[in-house]
Amino acid sequence: MAATETLRVSAPTRRSRLAERGVDRTLLLLAPAVVLLLAMFAYPFLYGLQLSLRPQEVGGGLLGNYRAFFSDSFESGTILKTLKLAVPATAINVLASIPIAYYMRGTFRGKRLLTAILVVPVTLGTVLVAEGLLRYLGPRGWFNRTLLEIGILDEPLRLVHNYWGVLFSLVITGFPFAFLLILSYMSGIDPTLERAAATLGAGPWQRFRRIILPLLAPGLATTAVLCFVLAFAVFPSASLVGEPSGSTRVLSIAAYHAAFEDYDYSMGSAIAMIMGAVELAVIALLLGARSRLYKGPSTGGKG
Amino acid sequence: MSRRLVARPGRWLVWGAVAFFLVNLAGLIGEVIVNSLGTRWFDTWLPEGLTFKWYSNAWDEFALSHVLIVTFEVALAVIAISLLVGVPAAYALARRQFPGKRAVMLLLLLPLVLPPLTYGIPFATVLYEIKVAGTLTGVILANLVPAIPFVILVMTPFVEQVDPNIESAARMCGASTRRLMTRVLVPLLIPGILAAGLLVLVRTVAMFELTFLTSGPDSQTLVVALYNAAFAAGIRADQSIDAMAVLYMLTTLLLLVVALRFVNPTQLVSRVREEPTQ
Repeated sequence: MAATETLRVSAPTRRSRLAERGVDRTLLLLAPAVVLLLAMFAYPFLYGLQLSLRPQEVGGGLLGNYRAFFSDSFESGTILKTLKLAVPATAINVLASIPIAYYMRGTFRGKRLLTAILVVPVTLGTVLVAEGLLRYLGPRGWFNRTLLEIGILDEPLRLVHNYWGVLFSLVITGFPFAFLLILSYMSGIDPTLERAAATLGAGPWQRFRRIILPLLAPGLATTAVLCFVLAFAVFPSASLVGEPSGSTRVLSIAAYHAAFEDYDYSMGSAIAMIMGAVELAVIALLLGARSRLYKGPSTGGKG
Repeated sequence: MSRRLVARPGRWLVWGAVAFFLVNLAGLIGEVIVNSLGTRWFDTWLPEGLTFKWYSNAWDEFALSHVLIVTFEVALAVIAISLLVGVPAAYALARRQFPGKRAVMLLLLLPLVLPPLTYGIPFATVLYEIKVAGTLTGVILANLVPAIPFVILVMTPFVEQVDPNIESAARMCGASTRRLMTRVLVPLLIPGILAAGLLVLVRTVAMFELTFLTSGPDSQTLVVALYNAAFAAGIRADQSIDAMAVLYMLTTLLLLVVALRFVNPTQLVSRVREEPTQ
Protein backbone atom coordinates (compact mmCIF):
# COMPACT_ATOMS: atom_id res chain seq x y z
CA MET A 1 0.00 0.00 0.00
CA ALA A 2 2.79 2.39 0.94
CA ALA A 3 4.71 1.53 -2.19
CA THR A 4 1.85 2.51 -4.47
CA GLU A 5 1.54 5.80 -2.70
CA THR A 6 5.11 6.83 -3.44
CA LEU A 7 4.69 5.76 -7.04
CA ARG A 8 1.70 8.00 -7.53
CA VAL A 9 1.98 10.31 -10.49
CA SER A 10 0.72 13.86 -10.67
CA ALA A 11 -2.99 13.58 -11.52
CA PRO A 12 -4.49 10.31 -10.35
CA THR A 13 -7.57 9.21 -12.21
CA ARG A 14 -10.60 8.00 -10.35
CA ARG A 15 -9.73 4.45 -11.24
CA SER A 16 -6.21 4.64 -9.91
CA ARG A 17 -7.40 6.35 -6.77
CA LEU A 18 -9.77 3.47 -6.18
CA ALA A 19 -7.06 0.97 -7.05
CA GLU A 20 -4.90 2.54 -4.40
CA ARG A 21 -7.48 1.60 -1.79
CA GLY A 22 -7.58 -1.90 -3.18
CA VAL A 23 -10.70 -1.53 -5.28
CA ASP A 24 -10.00 -2.82 -8.77
CA ARG A 25 -11.29 -5.39 -11.18
CA THR A 26 -9.97 -8.26 -9.08
CA LEU A 27 -12.74 -7.53 -6.64
CA LEU A 28 -15.24 -8.56 -9.30
CA LEU A 29 -14.16 -12.10 -8.54
CA LEU A 30 -15.79 -11.66 -5.17
CA ALA A 31 -19.09 -10.54 -6.67
CA PRO A 32 -20.75 -13.91 -7.44
CA ALA A 33 -20.11 -15.22 -3.93
CA VAL A 34 -21.34 -12.04 -2.26
CA VAL A 35 -24.43 -11.81 -4.46
CA LEU A 36 -25.33 -15.45 -3.86
CA LEU A 37 -24.88 -15.15 -0.11
CA LEU A 38 -26.88 -11.94 0.03
CA ALA A 39 -29.69 -13.60 -1.90
CA MET A 40 -29.60 -16.96 -0.16
CA PHE A 41 -28.49 -16.06 3.36
CA ALA A 42 -29.02 -12.39 4.13
CA TYR A 43 -32.37 -12.03 2.35
CA PRO A 44 -34.04 -15.13 3.85
CA PHE A 45 -32.63 -14.18 7.24
CA LEU A 46 -34.08 -10.68 7.11
CA TYR A 47 -37.30 -12.07 5.66
CA GLY A 48 -37.50 -14.42 8.63
CA LEU A 49 -36.82 -11.56 11.01
CA GLN A 50 -39.68 -9.45 9.67
CA LEU A 51 -41.92 -12.53 9.50
CA SER A 52 -41.24 -13.15 13.17
CA LEU A 53 -42.44 -9.63 13.92
CA ARG A 54 -45.80 -10.27 12.29
CA PRO A 55 -47.48 -12.89 14.46
CA GLN A 56 -50.13 -15.10 12.90
CA GLU A 57 -52.33 -14.64 15.91
CA VAL A 58 -54.24 -11.42 15.51
CA GLY A 59 -53.62 -8.70 18.05
CA GLY A 60 -50.24 -9.96 19.19
CA GLY A 61 -48.48 -6.75 18.28
CA LEU A 62 -44.99 -6.46 16.90
CA LEU A 63 -43.36 -8.56 19.58
CA GLY A 64 -46.30 -10.90 20.04
CA ASN A 65 -44.37 -14.05 19.12
CA TYR A 66 -41.51 -13.20 21.40
CA ARG A 67 -43.85 -12.36 24.26
CA ALA A 68 -45.70 -15.62 23.71
CA PHE A 69 -42.43 -17.55 23.73
CA PHE A 70 -41.11 -16.05 26.93
CA SER A 71 -44.38 -16.14 28.84
CA ASP A 72 -44.90 -19.86 28.14
CA SER A 73 -42.51 -21.75 30.39
CA PHE A 74 -42.75 -24.88 28.24
CA GLU A 75 -41.41 -22.85 25.31
CA SER A 76 -38.91 -20.61 27.09
CA GLY A 77 -37.62 -23.60 29.06
CA THR A 78 -36.14 -24.89 25.81
CA ILE A 79 -33.37 -22.28 26.08
CA LEU A 80 -32.23 -23.73 29.38
CA LYS A 81 -32.58 -27.30 28.11
CA THR A 82 -30.43 -26.50 25.09
CA LEU A 83 -27.76 -24.84 27.21
CA LYS A 84 -27.85 -27.70 29.72
CA LEU A 85 -26.85 -30.02 26.89
CA ALA A 86 -24.53 -27.81 24.88
CA VAL A 87 -22.47 -26.33 27.70
CA PRO A 88 -21.49 -29.59 29.47
CA ALA A 89 -20.87 -31.26 26.10
CA THR A 90 -18.55 -28.43 25.09
CA ALA A 91 -16.75 -28.51 28.44
CA ILE A 92 -16.27 -32.28 28.33
CA ASN A 93 -15.02 -32.26 24.75
CA VAL A 94 -12.56 -29.44 25.24
CA LEU A 95 -11.26 -30.49 28.66
CA ALA A 96 -10.83 -34.14 27.66
CA SER A 97 -9.01 -33.16 24.50
CA ILE A 98 -6.32 -31.15 26.29
CA PRO A 99 -4.46 -34.01 28.04
CA ILE A 100 -4.94 -36.40 25.11
CA ALA A 101 -3.59 -33.88 22.63
CA TYR A 102 -0.78 -33.10 25.10
CA TYR A 103 0.42 -36.70 25.07
CA MET A 104 -0.04 -36.99 21.33
CA ARG A 105 1.74 -33.80 20.30
CA GLY A 106 5.04 -35.51 19.46
CA THR A 107 5.52 -37.88 16.57
CA PHE A 108 5.19 -41.59 17.18
CA ARG A 109 4.39 -44.72 15.26
CA GLY A 110 0.71 -45.09 14.46
CA LYS A 111 -0.15 -41.46 15.18
CA ARG A 112 -1.75 -41.03 11.78
CA LEU A 113 -3.83 -44.17 12.26
CA LEU A 114 -4.95 -43.16 15.75
CA THR A 115 -5.88 -39.71 14.49
CA ALA A 116 -7.85 -41.26 11.64
CA ILE A 117 -9.74 -43.55 14.04
CA LEU A 118 -10.57 -40.63 16.28
CA VAL A 119 -11.89 -38.71 13.29
CA VAL A 120 -14.36 -41.45 12.31
CA PRO A 121 -17.28 -40.18 14.43
CA VAL A 122 -17.06 -36.78 12.74
CA THR A 123 -17.80 -38.35 9.39
CA LEU A 124 -20.47 -40.64 10.79
CA GLY A 125 -22.64 -37.69 11.62
CA THR A 126 -25.22 -37.22 14.33
CA VAL A 127 -27.97 -39.30 12.78
CA LEU A 128 -25.89 -42.46 12.58
CA VAL A 129 -24.43 -41.99 16.05
CA ALA A 130 -27.95 -41.54 17.40
CA GLU A 131 -29.10 -44.72 15.68
CA GLY A 132 -26.08 -46.59 17.03
CA LEU A 133 -26.61 -45.32 20.56
CA LEU A 134 -30.21 -46.53 20.52
CA ARG A 135 -28.90 -50.04 19.95
CA TYR A 136 -25.69 -49.99 21.95
CA LEU A 137 -26.92 -48.23 25.09
CA GLY A 138 -30.42 -49.65 24.92
CA PRO A 139 -31.70 -51.95 27.68
CA ARG A 140 -30.62 -55.04 25.71
CA GLY A 141 -27.58 -53.47 24.08
CA TRP A 142 -24.02 -54.63 24.53
CA PHE A 143 -23.17 -51.93 27.04
CA ASN A 144 -25.84 -52.83 29.57
CA ARG A 145 -25.34 -56.53 28.86
CA THR A 146 -21.64 -56.29 29.70
CA LEU A 147 -22.31 -54.47 32.97
CA LEU A 148 -25.01 -57.00 33.89
CA GLU A 149 -22.78 -59.99 33.13
CA ILE A 150 -19.91 -58.58 35.15
CA GLY A 151 -22.36 -58.04 37.96
CA ILE A 152 -21.95 -54.28 38.37
CA LEU A 153 -25.64 -53.78 37.72
CA ASP A 154 -28.76 -55.60 38.73
CA GLU A 155 -30.97 -54.07 36.12
CA PRO A 156 -30.10 -52.24 32.90
CA LEU A 157 -29.30 -48.54 33.12
CA ARG A 158 -31.67 -46.29 31.29
CA LEU A 159 -29.35 -44.41 28.96
CA VAL A 160 -31.44 -43.66 25.91
CA HIS A 161 -34.63 -41.69 25.38
CA ASN A 162 -33.46 -39.23 27.98
CA TYR A 163 -30.94 -36.47 28.66
CA TRP A 164 -27.94 -38.82 28.89
CA GLY A 165 -28.36 -40.34 25.46
CA VAL A 166 -28.25 -36.92 23.85
CA LEU A 167 -25.26 -35.86 25.93
CA PHE A 168 -23.39 -39.02 24.90
CA SER A 169 -24.16 -38.42 21.25
CA LEU A 170 -22.89 -34.85 21.54
CA VAL A 171 -19.67 -36.06 23.15
CA ILE A 172 -19.13 -38.79 20.58
CA THR A 173 -19.60 -36.49 17.61
CA GLY A 174 -18.01 -33.44 19.20
CA PHE A 175 -14.98 -34.88 20.94
CA PRO A 176 -13.04 -35.90 17.79
CA PHE A 177 -13.61 -32.46 16.39
CA ALA A 178 -12.34 -30.72 19.52
CA PHE A 179 -9.44 -33.12 19.73
CA LEU A 180 -8.33 -32.48 16.13
CA LEU A 181 -8.43 -28.72 16.60
CA ILE A 182 -6.57 -28.79 19.91
CA LEU A 183 -4.01 -31.25 18.56
CA SER A 184 -3.25 -28.90 15.70
CA TYR A 185 -2.94 -25.94 18.08
CA MET A 186 -0.73 -27.99 20.35
CA SER A 187 1.50 -29.00 17.44
CA GLY A 188 1.82 -25.32 16.58
CA ILE A 189 3.61 -24.58 19.88
CA ASP A 190 7.35 -24.46 19.44
CA PRO A 191 8.79 -27.47 21.35
CA THR A 192 12.02 -25.56 22.08
CA LEU A 193 10.10 -23.30 24.48
CA GLU A 194 9.27 -26.26 26.63
CA ARG A 195 12.82 -27.56 26.48
CA ALA A 196 14.11 -24.14 27.49
CA ALA A 197 11.78 -24.17 30.48
CA ALA A 198 12.98 -27.65 31.41
CA THR A 199 16.58 -26.45 31.25
CA LEU A 200 15.66 -23.67 33.63
CA GLY A 201 14.34 -26.26 36.06
CA ALA A 202 10.59 -26.30 35.44
CA GLY A 203 8.85 -29.56 36.24
CA PRO A 204 6.29 -31.16 33.92
CA TRP A 205 3.30 -29.55 35.63
CA GLN A 206 4.97 -26.14 35.69
CA ARG A 207 5.85 -26.45 32.02
CA PHE A 208 2.27 -27.35 31.19
CA ARG A 209 0.82 -24.63 33.38
CA ARG A 210 3.24 -21.84 32.49
CA ILE A 211 4.20 -22.55 28.89
CA ILE A 212 1.68 -24.77 27.13
CA LEU A 213 -1.55 -23.57 28.65
CA PRO A 214 -1.06 -19.81 28.08
CA LEU A 215 0.00 -20.44 24.50
CA LEU A 216 -2.95 -22.74 24.02
CA ALA A 217 -5.53 -20.34 25.51
CA PRO A 218 -6.61 -18.60 22.30
CA GLY A 219 -6.90 -21.95 20.54
CA LEU A 220 -8.96 -23.30 23.40
CA ALA A 221 -11.37 -20.39 23.12
CA THR A 222 -11.73 -20.97 19.38
CA THR A 223 -12.27 -24.69 19.88
CA ALA A 224 -14.82 -24.06 22.61
CA VAL A 225 -16.73 -21.71 20.31
CA LEU A 226 -16.79 -24.19 17.43
CA CYS A 227 -17.75 -27.09 19.70
CA PHE A 228 -20.48 -25.04 21.24
CA VAL A 229 -21.82 -24.15 17.78
CA LEU A 230 -21.97 -27.84 16.92
CA ALA A 231 -23.56 -28.89 20.19
CA PHE A 232 -26.01 -26.02 20.27
CA ALA A 233 -27.53 -27.00 16.92
CA VAL A 234 -28.39 -30.46 18.30
CA PHE A 235 -31.45 -31.67 16.46
CA PRO A 236 -31.40 -35.25 15.14
CA SER A 237 -29.96 -36.78 18.30
CA ALA A 238 -32.30 -34.81 20.56
CA SER A 239 -35.30 -36.19 18.73
CA LEU A 240 -33.94 -39.72 18.20
CA VAL A 241 -32.06 -40.67 21.40
CA GLY A 242 -33.61 -37.98 23.51
CA GLU A 243 -37.01 -37.29 24.88
CA PRO A 244 -38.19 -34.77 22.29
CA SER A 245 -41.30 -33.78 24.18
CA GLY A 246 -39.66 -33.61 27.59
CA SER A 247 -36.18 -33.20 28.95
CA THR A 248 -34.50 -32.77 25.57
CA ARG A 249 -37.02 -30.52 23.89
CA VAL A 250 -34.30 -28.17 22.71
CA LEU A 251 -34.67 -24.89 20.84
CA SER A 252 -34.21 -26.49 17.43
CA ILE A 253 -37.04 -28.94 18.10
CA ALA A 254 -39.30 -26.15 19.33
CA ALA A 255 -38.52 -24.07 16.24
CA TYR A 256 -39.05 -26.99 13.88
CA HIS A 257 -42.25 -27.95 15.62
CA ALA A 258 -43.69 -24.45 15.40
CA ALA A 259 -42.79 -23.97 11.75
CA PHE A 260 -43.46 -27.34 10.18
CA GLU A 261 -45.91 -29.09 12.46
CA ASP A 262 -48.05 -26.15 13.56
CA TYR A 263 -47.42 -24.38 10.24
CA ASP A 264 -46.82 -21.15 12.15
CA TYR A 265 -43.86 -19.92 10.12
CA SER A 266 -43.94 -16.65 11.97
CA MET A 267 -43.50 -18.31 15.36
CA GLY A 268 -40.95 -20.74 13.91
CA SER A 269 -38.90 -17.83 12.60
CA ALA A 270 -39.16 -16.09 15.97
CA ILE A 271 -37.79 -19.14 17.79
CA ALA A 272 -35.08 -19.48 15.13
CA MET A 273 -34.07 -15.87 15.78
CA ILE A 274 -34.03 -16.43 19.53
CA MET A 275 -31.86 -19.49 18.93
CA GLY A 276 -29.37 -17.46 16.91
CA ALA A 277 -29.33 -14.68 19.50
CA VAL A 278 -28.71 -17.05 22.42
CA GLU A 279 -25.90 -18.75 20.54
CA LEU A 280 -24.20 -15.49 19.62
CA ALA A 281 -24.51 -14.31 23.23
CA VAL A 282 -22.71 -17.41 24.51
CA ILE A 283 -20.02 -17.03 21.85
CA ALA A 284 -19.53 -13.41 22.89
CA LEU A 285 -19.16 -14.58 26.50
CA LEU A 286 -16.58 -17.19 25.53
CA LEU A 287 -14.55 -14.74 23.46
CA GLY A 288 -14.86 -12.16 26.21
CA ALA A 289 -13.50 -14.65 28.72
CA ARG A 290 -10.63 -15.33 26.39
CA SER A 291 -9.64 -11.69 26.12
CA ARG A 292 -9.81 -11.35 29.91
CA LEU A 293 -7.66 -14.39 30.50
CA TYR A 294 -5.18 -13.83 27.77
CA LYS A 295 -3.89 -10.71 26.11
CA GLY A 296 -1.50 -11.07 23.24
CA PRO A 297 -1.19 -12.44 19.76
CA SER A 298 -2.83 -15.76 19.03
CA THR A 299 -0.41 -18.58 18.31
CA GLY A 300 0.83 -18.30 14.78
CA GLY A 301 -2.47 -16.78 13.69
CA LYS A 302 -2.42 -14.40 10.80
CA GLY A 303 -4.78 -12.02 12.52
CA MET B 1 13.72 -40.53 37.24
CA SER B 2 11.25 -39.15 39.73
CA ARG B 3 9.71 -36.99 37.02
CA ARG B 4 8.84 -40.06 34.98
CA LEU B 5 7.14 -41.71 37.91
CA VAL B 6 5.00 -38.65 38.52
CA ALA B 7 4.02 -38.49 34.87
CA ARG B 8 2.99 -42.15 34.72
CA PRO B 9 -0.46 -42.22 36.39
CA GLY B 10 -1.72 -39.28 34.38
CA ARG B 11 -0.55 -40.85 31.20
CA TRP B 12 -2.22 -44.18 32.00
CA LEU B 13 -5.43 -42.44 32.91
CA VAL B 14 -5.48 -40.54 29.63
CA TRP B 15 -4.75 -43.57 27.46
CA GLY B 16 -7.30 -45.53 29.46
CA ALA B 17 -9.91 -42.90 28.69
CA VAL B 18 -9.02 -43.00 25.00
CA ALA B 19 -9.28 -46.79 25.00
CA PHE B 20 -12.66 -46.63 26.78
CA PHE B 21 -13.92 -44.14 24.20
CA LEU B 22 -12.72 -46.28 21.31
CA VAL B 23 -14.15 -49.52 22.75
CA ASN B 24 -17.55 -47.91 23.12
CA LEU B 25 -17.33 -46.40 19.68
CA ALA B 26 -16.50 -49.81 18.24
CA GLY B 27 -19.41 -51.30 20.17
CA LEU B 28 -21.76 -48.65 18.86
CA ILE B 29 -20.74 -49.19 15.25
CA GLY B 30 -20.42 -52.94 15.70
CA GLU B 31 -23.88 -53.42 17.11
CA VAL B 32 -25.45 -51.63 14.16
CA ILE B 33 -23.47 -53.79 11.72
CA VAL B 34 -24.27 -57.04 13.55
CA ASN B 35 -27.94 -56.16 13.77
CA SER B 36 -28.08 -55.45 10.05
CA LEU B 37 -26.61 -58.89 9.31
CA GLY B 38 -28.54 -60.93 11.86
CA THR B 39 -31.65 -63.05 11.47
CA ARG B 40 -33.38 -63.03 14.83
CA TRP B 41 -31.82 -61.32 17.81
CA PHE B 42 -33.46 -61.34 21.19
CA ASP B 43 -31.80 -61.82 24.52
CA THR B 44 -28.35 -62.95 23.48
CA TRP B 45 -24.96 -61.49 22.66
CA LEU B 46 -25.24 -62.24 18.98
CA PRO B 47 -28.11 -62.93 16.59
CA GLU B 48 -29.06 -66.49 15.75
CA GLY B 49 -27.89 -66.51 12.17
CA LEU B 50 -26.32 -64.54 9.40
CA THR B 51 -28.28 -63.08 6.52
CA PHE B 52 -27.98 -60.41 3.88
CA LYS B 53 -31.70 -60.12 3.25
CA TRP B 54 -32.04 -56.85 5.18
CA TYR B 55 -29.83 -55.15 2.67
CA SER B 56 -32.00 -56.09 -0.28
CA ASN B 57 -35.03 -55.27 1.87
CA ALA B 58 -33.69 -51.82 2.70
CA TRP B 59 -32.63 -51.27 -0.87
CA ASP B 60 -36.20 -51.82 -2.11
CA GLU B 61 -38.17 -50.43 0.81
CA PHE B 62 -36.33 -47.13 1.06
CA ALA B 63 -35.71 -46.78 -2.70
CA LEU B 64 -32.04 -46.51 -1.90
CA SER B 65 -30.83 -46.44 -5.49
CA HIS B 66 -32.86 -43.28 -5.99
CA VAL B 67 -31.70 -41.84 -2.66
CA LEU B 68 -28.06 -42.51 -3.51
CA ILE B 69 -28.42 -40.90 -6.93
CA VAL B 70 -30.02 -37.83 -5.32
CA THR B 71 -27.26 -37.70 -2.70
CA PHE B 72 -24.53 -37.64 -5.30
CA GLU B 73 -26.37 -35.28 -7.61
CA VAL B 74 -26.71 -32.83 -4.73
CA ALA B 75 -23.11 -33.32 -3.60
CA LEU B 76 -21.65 -32.89 -7.08
CA ALA B 77 -23.73 -29.82 -7.86
CA VAL B 78 -22.81 -28.23 -4.53
CA ILE B 79 -19.11 -28.99 -5.01
CA ALA B 80 -19.07 -27.66 -8.56
CA ILE B 81 -20.93 -24.44 -7.82
CA SER B 82 -19.24 -23.69 -4.51
CA LEU B 83 -15.78 -24.18 -6.03
CA LEU B 84 -16.62 -22.14 -9.09
CA VAL B 85 -17.89 -19.27 -6.95
CA GLY B 86 -15.67 -19.72 -3.93
CA VAL B 87 -12.20 -20.06 -5.41
CA PRO B 88 -12.21 -16.72 -7.26
CA ALA B 89 -13.69 -15.05 -4.20
CA ALA B 90 -10.97 -16.53 -2.00
CA TYR B 91 -8.40 -15.18 -4.43
CA ALA B 92 -9.82 -11.67 -4.24
CA LEU B 93 -10.05 -11.83 -0.44
CA ALA B 94 -6.50 -13.10 -0.04
CA ARG B 95 -4.94 -10.55 -2.37
CA ARG B 96 -6.79 -7.32 -1.71
CA GLN B 97 -7.44 -5.07 1.23
CA PHE B 98 -10.48 -2.97 0.50
CA PRO B 99 -13.10 -0.92 2.32
CA GLY B 100 -15.94 -3.11 3.51
CA LYS B 101 -13.82 -6.22 3.80
CA ARG B 102 -14.96 -6.76 7.37
CA ALA B 103 -18.59 -6.70 6.27
CA VAL B 104 -17.83 -9.32 3.63
CA MET B 105 -16.05 -11.46 6.22
CA LEU B 106 -19.09 -11.20 8.49
CA LEU B 107 -21.33 -12.32 5.64
CA LEU B 108 -19.03 -15.32 5.20
CA LEU B 109 -18.77 -16.24 8.87
CA LEU B 110 -22.39 -15.96 9.92
CA PRO B 111 -23.65 -18.91 7.83
CA LEU B 112 -20.94 -21.07 9.39
CA VAL B 113 -21.47 -19.95 12.97
CA LEU B 114 -25.24 -19.61 13.22
CA PRO B 115 -27.12 -22.86 13.85
CA PRO B 116 -28.38 -24.23 10.51
CA LEU B 117 -31.96 -24.15 11.75
CA THR B 118 -31.77 -20.43 12.48
CA TYR B 119 -31.45 -19.56 8.83
CA GLY B 120 -32.78 -22.87 7.55
CA ILE B 121 -36.32 -22.17 8.74
CA PRO B 122 -36.60 -18.72 7.11
CA PHE B 123 -34.82 -20.13 4.05
CA ALA B 124 -37.28 -23.00 3.73
CA THR B 125 -40.15 -20.53 4.19
CA VAL B 126 -38.86 -18.45 1.28
CA LEU B 127 -38.52 -21.62 -0.80
CA TYR B 128 -42.14 -22.49 -0.07
CA GLU B 129 -43.19 -19.03 -1.22
CA ILE B 130 -41.37 -19.35 -4.54
CA LYS B 131 -42.44 -23.00 -4.87
CA VAL B 132 -38.96 -24.47 -4.94
CA ALA B 133 -39.28 -26.29 -1.63
CA GLY B 134 -39.10 -30.04 -1.88
CA THR B 135 -37.21 -30.04 -5.16
CA LEU B 136 -33.66 -30.98 -5.92
CA THR B 137 -32.90 -27.33 -6.73
CA GLY B 138 -34.04 -26.27 -3.29
CA VAL B 139 -31.81 -28.82 -1.59
CA ILE B 140 -28.81 -27.76 -3.66
CA LEU B 141 -29.44 -24.07 -2.93
CA ALA B 142 -29.77 -24.74 0.80
CA ASN B 143 -26.52 -26.68 0.90
CA LEU B 144 -24.71 -23.93 -0.99
CA VAL B 145 -25.29 -21.46 1.84
CA PRO B 146 -22.69 -22.95 4.20
CA ALA B 147 -20.61 -24.51 1.39
CA ILE B 148 -19.60 -21.28 -0.36
CA PRO B 149 -18.19 -19.55 2.77
CA PHE B 150 -16.54 -22.82 3.73
CA VAL B 151 -14.72 -23.08 0.39
CA ILE B 152 -13.62 -19.46 0.63
CA LEU B 153 -12.25 -19.86 4.15
CA VAL B 154 -10.44 -23.10 3.30
CA MET B 155 -9.01 -21.66 0.09
CA THR B 156 -7.81 -18.28 1.38
CA PRO B 157 -4.64 -19.60 3.10
CA PHE B 158 -3.84 -21.68 0.03
CA VAL B 159 -4.00 -18.57 -2.14
CA GLU B 160 -1.84 -16.69 0.35
CA GLN B 161 0.84 -19.35 -0.06
CA VAL B 162 1.14 -18.62 -3.78
CA ASP B 163 3.86 -16.03 -4.30
CA PRO B 164 2.42 -12.95 -6.08
CA ASN B 165 5.76 -12.65 -7.89
CA ILE B 166 4.88 -15.76 -9.86
CA GLU B 167 1.79 -13.98 -11.14
CA SER B 168 3.80 -10.88 -12.00
CA ALA B 169 6.32 -13.04 -13.84
CA ALA B 170 3.55 -14.66 -15.88
CA ARG B 171 2.22 -11.18 -16.69
CA MET B 172 5.69 -10.07 -17.75
CA CYS B 173 5.87 -13.04 -20.08
CA GLY B 174 2.66 -11.83 -21.68
CA ALA B 175 0.02 -14.08 -20.14
CA SER B 176 -3.52 -12.80 -20.37
CA THR B 177 -5.74 -12.92 -17.28
CA ARG B 178 -7.37 -16.10 -18.46
CA ARG B 179 -4.05 -17.79 -19.21
CA LEU B 180 -2.77 -16.64 -15.86
CA MET B 181 -5.75 -18.34 -14.22
CA THR B 182 -5.70 -21.59 -16.16
CA ARG B 183 -1.94 -22.06 -16.52
CA VAL B 184 -0.52 -20.61 -13.31
CA LEU B 185 -3.03 -20.13 -10.51
CA VAL B 186 -5.29 -23.15 -10.85
CA PRO B 187 -2.40 -25.67 -11.14
CA LEU B 188 -0.77 -24.13 -8.06
CA LEU B 189 -4.06 -24.19 -6.17
CA ILE B 190 -4.97 -27.80 -7.02
CA PRO B 191 -4.12 -29.17 -3.55
CA GLY B 192 -6.34 -26.55 -1.94
CA ILE B 193 -9.15 -27.06 -4.43
CA LEU B 194 -8.99 -30.79 -3.86
CA ALA B 195 -9.08 -30.36 -0.10
CA ALA B 196 -11.95 -27.88 -0.26
CA GLY B 197 -13.91 -30.07 -2.67
CA LEU B 198 -13.49 -33.18 -0.53
CA LEU B 199 -14.50 -31.34 2.62
CA VAL B 200 -17.58 -29.94 0.94
CA LEU B 201 -18.40 -33.46 -0.22
CA VAL B 202 -18.10 -34.83 3.32
CA ARG B 203 -20.08 -31.95 4.76
CA THR B 204 -22.83 -32.13 2.15
CA VAL B 205 -23.31 -35.87 2.50
CA ALA B 206 -23.51 -35.43 6.28
CA MET B 207 -25.53 -32.17 6.24
CA PHE B 208 -28.76 -33.07 7.93
CA GLU B 209 -30.64 -29.97 9.04
CA LEU B 210 -30.74 -27.93 5.85
CA THR B 211 -31.50 -30.89 3.61
CA PHE B 212 -34.14 -32.09 6.05
CA LEU B 213 -35.90 -28.71 5.99
CA THR B 214 -35.85 -28.25 2.23
CA SER B 215 -36.21 -31.75 0.78
CA GLY B 216 -39.38 -33.43 -0.35
CA PRO B 217 -40.09 -37.13 -0.75
CA ASP B 218 -38.18 -37.27 -4.05
CA SER B 219 -35.23 -35.14 -3.05
CA GLN B 220 -34.05 -36.81 0.17
CA THR B 221 -30.37 -37.45 0.63
CA LEU B 222 -29.16 -40.59 2.38
CA VAL B 223 -28.81 -39.00 5.81
CA VAL B 224 -32.33 -37.57 5.72
CA ALA B 225 -33.78 -40.88 4.53
CA LEU B 226 -31.95 -42.54 7.43
CA TYR B 227 -33.35 -40.05 9.92
CA ASN B 228 -36.88 -40.45 8.61
CA ALA B 229 -36.59 -44.22 8.82
CA ALA B 230 -35.14 -44.08 12.34
CA PHE B 231 -37.73 -41.55 13.46
CA ALA B 232 -40.57 -43.72 12.23
CA ALA B 233 -39.00 -46.80 13.84
CA GLY B 234 -41.51 -49.56 14.36
CA ILE B 235 -43.05 -49.22 10.93
CA ARG B 236 -40.14 -50.99 9.27
CA ALA B 237 -37.92 -53.76 10.60
CA ASP B 238 -35.09 -52.13 12.51
CA GLN B 239 -32.64 -54.47 10.79
CA SER B 240 -33.51 -52.73 7.51
CA ILE B 241 -32.91 -49.37 9.11
CA ASP B 242 -29.55 -50.58 10.35
CA ALA B 243 -28.74 -51.94 6.90
CA MET B 244 -29.32 -48.46 5.57
CA ALA B 245 -27.20 -47.05 8.40
CA VAL B 246 -24.37 -49.39 7.41
CA LEU B 247 -24.63 -48.28 3.80
CA TYR B 248 -24.48 -44.67 4.96
CA MET B 249 -21.48 -45.51 7.15
CA LEU B 250 -19.69 -47.18 4.23
CA THR B 251 -20.31 -44.13 2.08
CA THR B 252 -18.87 -41.75 4.65
CA LEU B 253 -15.95 -44.06 5.48
CA LEU B 254 -15.10 -44.31 1.80
CA LEU B 255 -15.11 -40.52 1.61
CA LEU B 256 -12.97 -40.32 4.75
CA VAL B 257 -10.39 -42.73 3.36
CA VAL B 258 -10.23 -40.82 0.09
CA ALA B 259 -9.99 -37.53 1.96
CA LEU B 260 -7.20 -38.79 4.23
CA ARG B 261 -5.18 -39.88 1.22
CA PHE B 262 -5.08 -36.31 0.01
CA VAL B 263 -5.22 -34.19 3.13
CA ASN B 264 -3.62 -34.48 6.54
CA PRO B 265 -6.37 -33.82 9.09
CA THR B 266 -4.36 -31.78 11.57
CA GLN B 267 -2.86 -29.67 8.81
CA LEU B 268 -6.27 -29.10 7.41
CA VAL B 269 -7.73 -28.01 10.68
CA SER B 270 -4.88 -25.62 11.33
CA ARG B 271 -5.72 -24.07 8.02
CA VAL B 272 -9.37 -23.53 8.73
CA ARG B 273 -8.94 -22.77 12.38
CA GLU B 274 -8.73 -19.02 11.99
CA GLU B 275 -12.31 -18.73 10.86
CA PRO B 276 -14.15 -18.05 14.10
CA THR B 277 -11.91 -15.47 15.72
CA GLN B 278 -11.96 -12.96 12.93
